[in-house]
Amino acid sequence: MTDDTLLSARGLNLRFGNIPALIDVDADLWPGEVLAIVGESGSGKTTLLQVLSGRVAPQSGVVWYRDPEGRLLDVHAMPAPALRALHRSDWGFVHQNPRDNLRMGVTAGGNVGERLMAQGSRHYGRIRAEAIDWLKQVEIDGARVDDLPRVFSGGMLQRLQIARTLVTHPRLVFMDEPTGGLDVSVQARLLDLIRSLVRRLNIAAVLVTHDLAVARLLANRIMVMQRGVVVEAGLTDQVLDDPQHAYTQLLVSSVLSA
Amino acid sequence: MTGYNFAYLDEQTKRMIRRAILKAVAIPGHQIPFGSREMPLPYGWGTGGIQLTAAVLGPDDGLKVIDQGADDTTNAVSIRRFFARTAGVTTTTHTADATIIQTRHRIPELKLTDKQIIVYQVPQPEPLSKLESSRAETRRMHGLAEYGLMHVRLYEDITRFGHVSISYDYPVMVGGRYLMSPSPIPAFDNPKMHMMPALQLFGAGREQRIYAIPPYTTVESLDFDDHPFRTTRAPHACGLCGAADSYLDEVVTDDRGGRLYVCSDTDHCETRRTAGHTGTESPPVDAPAEQAA
Repeated sequence: MTDDTLLSARGLNLRFGNIPALIDVDADLWPGEVLAIVGESGSGKTTLLQVLSGRVAPQSGVVWYRDPEGRLLDVHAMPAPALRALHRSDWGFVHQNPRDNLRMGVTAGGNVGERLMAQGSRHYGRIRAEAIDWLKQVEIDGARVDDLPRVFSGGMLQRLQIARTLVTHPRLVFMDEPTGGLDVSVQARLLDLIRSLVRRLNIAAVLVTHDLAVARLLANRIMVMQRGVVVEAGLTDQVLDDPQHAYTQLLVSSVLSA
Repeated sequence: MTGYNFAYLDEQTKRMIRRAILKAVAIPGHQIPFGSREMPLPYGWGTGGIQLTAAVLGPDDGLKVIDQGADDTTNAVSIRRFFARTAGVTTTTHTADATIIQTRHRIPELKLTDKQIIVYQVPQPEPLSKLESSRAETRRMHGLAEYGLMHVRLYEDITRFGHVSISYDYPVMVGGRYLMSPSPIPAFDNPKMHMMPALQLFGAGREQRIYAIPPYTTVESLDFDDHPFRTTRAPHACGLCGAADSYLDEVVTDDRGGRLYVCSDTDHCETRRTAGHTGTESPPVDAPAEQAA
């Protein structure tokens, strides 16, 4: 771990009964970097994301986060209010299903503004202006600020979720299969959007995906997981172009090339 | 009345409720669970308020009970008579003479003093209930003072209607810490809670919660900087006493569109009329109707 590591995990272990979900997992993330966690379903990707974000406690191991003041915080030893405050401000979480995160009975503007209001913003006009600005940044027409999410398409919902998450300018975003369940053309546009936002705002991200193409497009570094073990990790191009581990080779070779 | 303990409830129950009250006063606006008892009236008619009143009532107290501001509605009359019979306390309709005022839906217009206790009947003590259905989650939100969600509701209101459309049970922050439901009083009454000299007790019988605002505690209605909290009242003067600043009831008087606006606080209206104030609908002096009354 270096002086500017943003997030660092050491020796994470977690078993669900007899099933090992994480075995001695280490991970590091630097500011502005995108780390992809890939692997087949059941390999422990999402569990790792949950543990890194403090939502699920590991049975052993530690997760460190460096806050903007440079202090190292043990994510799993933090008091609950501090962790929730972190999730509200410095961190963001993008779910695979936007309906898990959005309030479907609240207008798009209210959804985007919620994190601002949770942080103490108390000026209606400014909250609304910021919401409209963010809708535009995720390529949603600002005139739709008063529409309910239920009249939005799947791709728009996912973009709305991203606007809602990024409005407080988090430094670190956790993404769980952000393009899952979308058709290919929508996926491409969304990936393009995420890539440009992450680059422009210098956001670090941990991205869980089973789609190697997504990882290649977005990620600087990649971790390949199989049955709870990180079998290979390194720069994305290096891992995908020259896979060393048998499982990674299988994964790479199983991708259909159009 | 024989066969009943003073003020109906047994002493152990009163002690339990008083302990909850002490806790509630110590943490203004925080909901304290208590073992609500079966009362001889249905839930929703004031079982929480009546238990609080029974627990704080003493033989020397003067009790006033109001329902929607009125002393003469069924609920108010029944609860007043209930305590007159089970505790033998004096009852009154005059706000100034009462030491304990049990209320549903209103705060009296007359400013309360530090010699008085006001007991509110509360149907739903959880201000976040309509926004978050899980009580475990709302407790956590109270614990961490995470009240952004309530502002989302206000945001939605302004977006849809141009103003906050909540006209009763308007959420308040108590002592700068706890979000609290003021019970279904009109938003018009919210400012009266701020720094009130009287002790304010809230009882929810069905939901089994007690909470309180100690005397001289800050109570702020939630709002936005550019959409400040505003009270509303019907833009009329009381037809009977001419009051232009009291909260009004609209009474339909005939089937040809006739309307009469009168003070919802009946004691306030009577006191003013006794003092010689008249409104546009006041019966003329020496009229036969006046003599019959």
